[in-house]
Order: sequence, then structure tokens, then C-alpha cells
Amino acid sequence: MLRPSTSIPKRARGPLWRDPQVRSLVIQTVLLIALVGVIMLMIHNTMANLQARGINTGFAFLDYRAGFSIAQTLNDYSSNSSYGDAFLAGLYNTLLVSILGIIASTVVGLVVGIARLSPNWLLARVATVYIEIFRNIPLLLQILFWYFAALGALPQLRQSLSLFDLFFLNQRGMIIPAPILGEGFSATVYGLLAAVVLAWGLARMNKKRQAETGQRLPIGWINLGVIVVIPLVIFLISGSPLSWSVPELVGFNYRGGLHMIPELIGLWVALTIYTASFIAEIVRSGIQSVSHGQTEAASSLGLPKGITMRKVIMPQAMRLMIPQLSSQYLSLTKNSSLAIAIGYPDLFAVFGNTTMNQTGQAVEIMAITMGVYLALSLITSLLMNLFNSRMALKER
Amino acid sequence: MSEQNASAAPLPASADNQGYIAARQPPEKVGGLLVWLRKNLFSGPINSLISLVLLYLIVRIVTPVVQWGLINATWVGSSRQDCTGDGACWVFITTRLGQIIYGFYPTPERWRVDVTLAMFAVLLVWLVIPRLPYKKIAGLLTLFAFPVVAYFLLLGGSFGLPYVPTRQWGGLMLTLVIATVGIVCSIPLGILLALGRRSSMPFVKAVCVVFIEFWRGVPLITVLFMASVMFPLFVPAQLEVDRLVRALIGISFFWSAYMAEVVRSGLQAIPKGQDEAAAALGLGYWQRTGLVVLPQALKLVISGIVSTCISLFKDTTLVLIIGLFDLLGVIRAGLTDTAWLGYATEGYVFAAILFWAFCFSMSRYSQYLERRLHTGHR
Repeated sequence: MLRPSTSIPKRARGPLWRDPQVRSLVIQTVLLIALVGVIMLMIHNTMANLQARGINTGFAFLDYRAGFSIAQTLNDYSSNSSYGDAFLAGLYNTLLVSILGIIASTVVGLVVGIARLSPNWLLARVATVYIEIFRNIPLLLQILFWYFAALGALPQLRQSLSLFDLFFLNQRGMIIPAPILGEGFSATVYGLLAAVVLAWGLARMNKKRQAETGQRLPIGWINLGVIVVIPLVIFLISGSPLSWSVPELVGFNYRGGLHMIPELIGLWVALTIYTASFIAEIVRSGIQSVSHGQTEAASSLGLPKGITMRKVIMPQAMRLMIPQLSSQYLSLTKNSSLAIAIGYPDLFAVFGNTTMNQTGQAVEIMAITMGVYLALSLITSLLMNLFNSRMALKER
Repeated sequence: MSEQNASAAPLPASADNQGYIAARQPPEKVGGLLVWLRKNLFSGPINSLISLVLLYLIVRIVTPVVQWGLINATWVGSSRQDCTGDGACWVFITTRLGQIIYGFYPTPERWRVDVTLAMFAVLLVWLVIPRLPYKKIAGLLTLFAFPVVAYFLLLGGSFGLPYVPTRQWGGLMLTLVIATVGIVCSIPLGILLALGRRSSMPFVKAVCVVFIEFWRGVPLITVLFMASVMFPLFVPAQLEVDRLVRALIGISFFWSAYMAEVVRSGLQAIPKGQDEAAAALGLGYWQRTGLVVLPQALKLVISGIVSTCISLFKDTTLVLIIGLFDLLGVIRAGLTDTAWLGYATEGYVFAAILFWAFCFSMSRYSQYLERRLHTGHR
């Protein structure tokens, strides 16, 4: 006999503290109150402490005279400039060493990562040893080593190591020839830009043509020619407005040329070698993640090895590598703040340390310094997410 | 290659018409040193060139390093006058080995550090070697009993032990203290943050996201500076927090954000059905998470957790910038000793070898663990 459905008792509402909605509301309210309480307490304490110590607040100090000199400045900073200018000088130095480090570590990491997969036993072993040594030693130790031990072993100024009498390396840094841009050099730069745009257009046209007819031009060589020849012709027509300032030893120092301070070299070398060992592992795992069937399919289609690597394996490996690479670039940028250990005047050393010691305004200065790094990392991850979504597998 | 094969194995058609099959050439050798060399080092002109250049470079680099570090090195002595050879002067290290291990811990009290280190080593071996039994007891001892014992033993001030303030701590011992406390605090905190980030409660989620992204976006050195400069501003003036404790708080928060992201990647890999099935069995949130989801998720991300631990261990060196004398800090302080100027290379190489040994063994252990725990589909 069927029981009428009405006889099923209605499920009783449990106790209030068993209701998920009530519970989540209570938990979140408690969290909110606790968080606001802690923050209020911290603000209150900070205000009281600052007042007790007689420290100013506010950002007016940015306009005060800094009064200290910076070893390497990319803007026109002198000790008469303001703290705001010192901030910019430090920021530029951070960006400089980060960009140099990113370029160098990508090149080294790519080479080592591919070398690790080489069929040449010795090459693969050397790459493995490189990776295992350098990624297991603290970066700070490596920076100190390259700066104090390796650069300290370089010869004095008078006995500088030199390459073709153009590049000089000594304890005080590296001196390289500096380009002096003459009147009208900008035309060459515009020419180069135009050539790049033209090359891009040609590559697109070629791609379209290949899709329609199946034929392709040797576009790589054509574009190389375009990019080299057009600026060169403009350069020659405008009367070669470029000369080089070659360093030469005069008295106790080198005159002319571009002087790279040893702190920059030490930091750059250490950041490059350290980060490259991580990038090499990323490259290796990226390439290995592409299944072997892809290689076999490509070779059964008759594609040569080089094209298989460039057109079949790398695009797929890139998909895995890009998020990891971007986080490596970010950590390189953040790691450049270790510059303070050897006195390279980066953002943190100039602003977070020297300026803070002079003004005592710890809260404002730490907020600005951390804000810059935070903004850099948020912008990078935003760009990388954008790029990543373009590269990601198109699933339909 | 194919031509050789053709000549080595003539086709049956070429056998004479009497029904005999002509004797074949012996097959190509597949073993032996020469074959291995040809296959792996000299398989083509470019490969041969690479191999020769690398061999030359290895000889040029390794020979001087070995001569400097081992053959011409001075091992015994008591002052720099004993270093007469042109090799490394390891006397610099041997004379200050006590400082490198114990920092400025008073000499008569160093046995306390020894006992703590020995206990730590025993517990570690117990936990790490899978064949030893009673893992649960070992884990509980390590997590709850050991920190308390180590705290009273190292700091002293009670049970008749003289008080040793943390500013006298240093060397390898301080490095291990920072690394252990950092790891032990950041893993649970990271798990909680990861769970919070996946929570269905919007406010909890937002707090966790902001917390994680903030710490991940700033360099550790600014965190340590904040801990040493700004932390005293945040607390009431009469409350004075020890400098080491402040650094430890900063390190734990910083690394818990990284741990959270590692754990989150593991949580994402567990299919939702697992959680739903557990809910259908009537398990509550913490039972579902603790008994069903987390064990699977953590197993997936062991290598990520260990590599975060390795990064944490390496980055303990940063505390020297805020004036704590860890392993590297003690060696750096020794380098400024006027009686021992100019031994930077020896000092840094020794520190590098020590750090390398720790980190390399950790990474090897994680690989081993991963293979052992890889029980699912291969």
C-alpha cells in the first residue's frame, strides 16, 4: 500500500547555529570586527608612537633637499636634488638592473635548458651541474661572492684587463665605448621603426599568401634585409651622425666611454646566473611536456628538425613556460632589492634605507617602496595574464 | 646508417641459388666504451666540436679549482701566518668553526645547542626514513614537544639554566632556528589561507586574496625591514618584541603566502566530486577538508611545498641585512676581522658548500618522496 506523500513529515528547521547561511554571516562579521579592531589599534599605536618620538608625518619630505650623492644615476640627480628625485634615481636603477638581468638570464636559461636535453652526454651533464649548483645556493651569498670575491680579484686600474683596447675591466668596474648621438640621428631611429613595421606587414602578407597558395617566400632573410638596409641607408644619407667615445687612461682614471660601476656588474652577474638556473629548468620541463608524438608526427610530415622545434614544439611549450617565466622575472625584479648588501643604489637602498634613515618617516617611505614593488608585480601579472589568454589552448 | 645496414645484411635474393644463405656480416657493435663515446659525444661534426670545447673548458676550470681548494690548500694552523701556500686558507674556517656553528652563544652553554640539534636530528631521521615505525608519535613530538623543549633549552632563564638573549644566537644554529620556525609556521598558515581563498564566504575570500597578493608582491627584504623598523611603531611603546621574533613573524607571513598558492594549486587539482561525495556521506566542512580533500591535494604538491621550503631556507640569509648574525652573517663578520682580511673567497665558498648541501639534499628527498607517494595512475 502506498503511503500518501503528505504523511512524510516536513523536515524540521535545525538549530540556528546549524544553518550554513547564519554561520557564514556570523563568521564573516566576527572576522570583519576583528580585522577592523586590529587595524584601528595599529593606527592608534603608530600615531601615539610617532608623536612620542617627534617624527613628522605626510609626504612633504619628498620636496626637501636630499643632500646625499648616488653612485649611479640615470636622471640628473645631484646631492642638491630632492628626495623625490632620489626616489626616481633609485627606481631607474632598479629597472635598469632588472631589465638587464631579465634579458641575460633568459638567454642563458634558454641555452642551458636546451643544452640539458641535448643528445650530447657531456653537454647535458654540464648543464645539469650548472643548474644544480646555482639554484641551491642563496642568492645573497652569490651576490656577495661575485662582488667581493670575484670582482675583488680583478686587477687594479693601471693593469686593467682590456679587450681590443675598447673594453676595460678593473676593480672599479667596466668601461665600454659609449655612443655619441649626433644631430639628426633620430631619423635613423624612425627609419628603424618604419622598417620594423614594414617587416611585420610583409610577414603578415606572406602568411596570408602561404595560406592561399601554399607557397612562402624566404621571409626571414627578406625582413632581415629590410630591417638592416633601410636604417643603414638613412644613416648614411644623413651623414653618419654617430661617433664613439672610446675610453682611454688619463692620469688616474679613464676618460670617455660608459662607466659601469662594479656594484651593477656584480649584481647583474649574480641575478643572471641565479635566475638562469631556474629558467633553464622551466625551459626543460616546457619542452618535455610536449608529447613525443608531436615530434614524430612532424617528422612524418617531413618537417626538418629546426622547423619542428620552432613551429611545433616551442609554441606548445611556450604555453606552459610563460606563466612560470613571468613569475621568475618578477622574482628577479624583487630580488634586485638585495642590492643593498653590496651598495648598488637601487630603489630600496636609496629610498627605503638612506632616505628613511635621514627623515625617519618609516611609514610613508615603506608604503611607497612596497607600493612600487606591488604595482610592478601586479602590472606584470596583468600583462602576463593577457598574453597567456592569447596563447592558451583554444578549445572550441 | 641505412647504407651500412644494407651492406651488413644482404638480402636473401643475393643468396646463391643452391639454397644456401650467404654468411652475413657480424652485426654492429652495440656496447663498449668506443661505441658509447661515438654515440654520446662524437655523433657528428658539431657534436664532436662541442664535446672537445667542453672538455677543454672543464679541464681549464676544474684543475685550478681543485689545486686551489684541495691540493695547495692549508688545512691546519691557528693564524694566517700558517697559510703559506698559494691555495685556499681553510684555517680561516677551522679557527672560527665554533662561531660558525654557535654564533656568539657563550661557550660553557654550547652543550644546550648540541642537545637541541641532536634531538632535532633524531626526530628528523625518524620522520624522514619511511621504514621507522610510530610516525604519528614522531610527528606530534616534532610539532608540539620539541619546540617547547628547544625554546626553554636555547633561551634558558628557567630550570636553573642561565639566560642567553637572542642577540647572542648566531651561526648555523640561528639559520636552523629561523628555517625551522619559518617552515613550521608557514605551512599551516598557508593551508588555512589557501582554504580561505577558495571559501564561499566572499569577505573571507577577499581578505585571503589581499593578504596573499600583498606578501607575494613585495620583496622579502622590505618585509624584514618592516618587521625591524615599523613593527615597533604598530605595538604599544611599552611592549618590546624581540628582534628575532619580529623577523620570524615577517618570515612566516611572507612564506605562508607562497605556501598558500602552492596548496591552492593542489586543491584545484582535486575534482569537485570528492568533496561532494564526502558531503553526501554527511561529513562536515572540516571533516571533508581534513580527511578527504587535503590529504589528496597535499600529496600532489609535495614537490612545490619542498621547493618553497628550500627557498625559505636560502632566504634566511637575508636576516643579516637587519643585523642578525646567521651562518652567512657570522662568516661576513669574520671577513671584517682585521687579522683575517682578504679571505672572502674561502668564507663564501665554505658558506656556499654548506647551504648547497642542505638545499640539494632537501630537493633530492622531495624527488624520492614524490616517487614513493606516486600511488595513483602512472
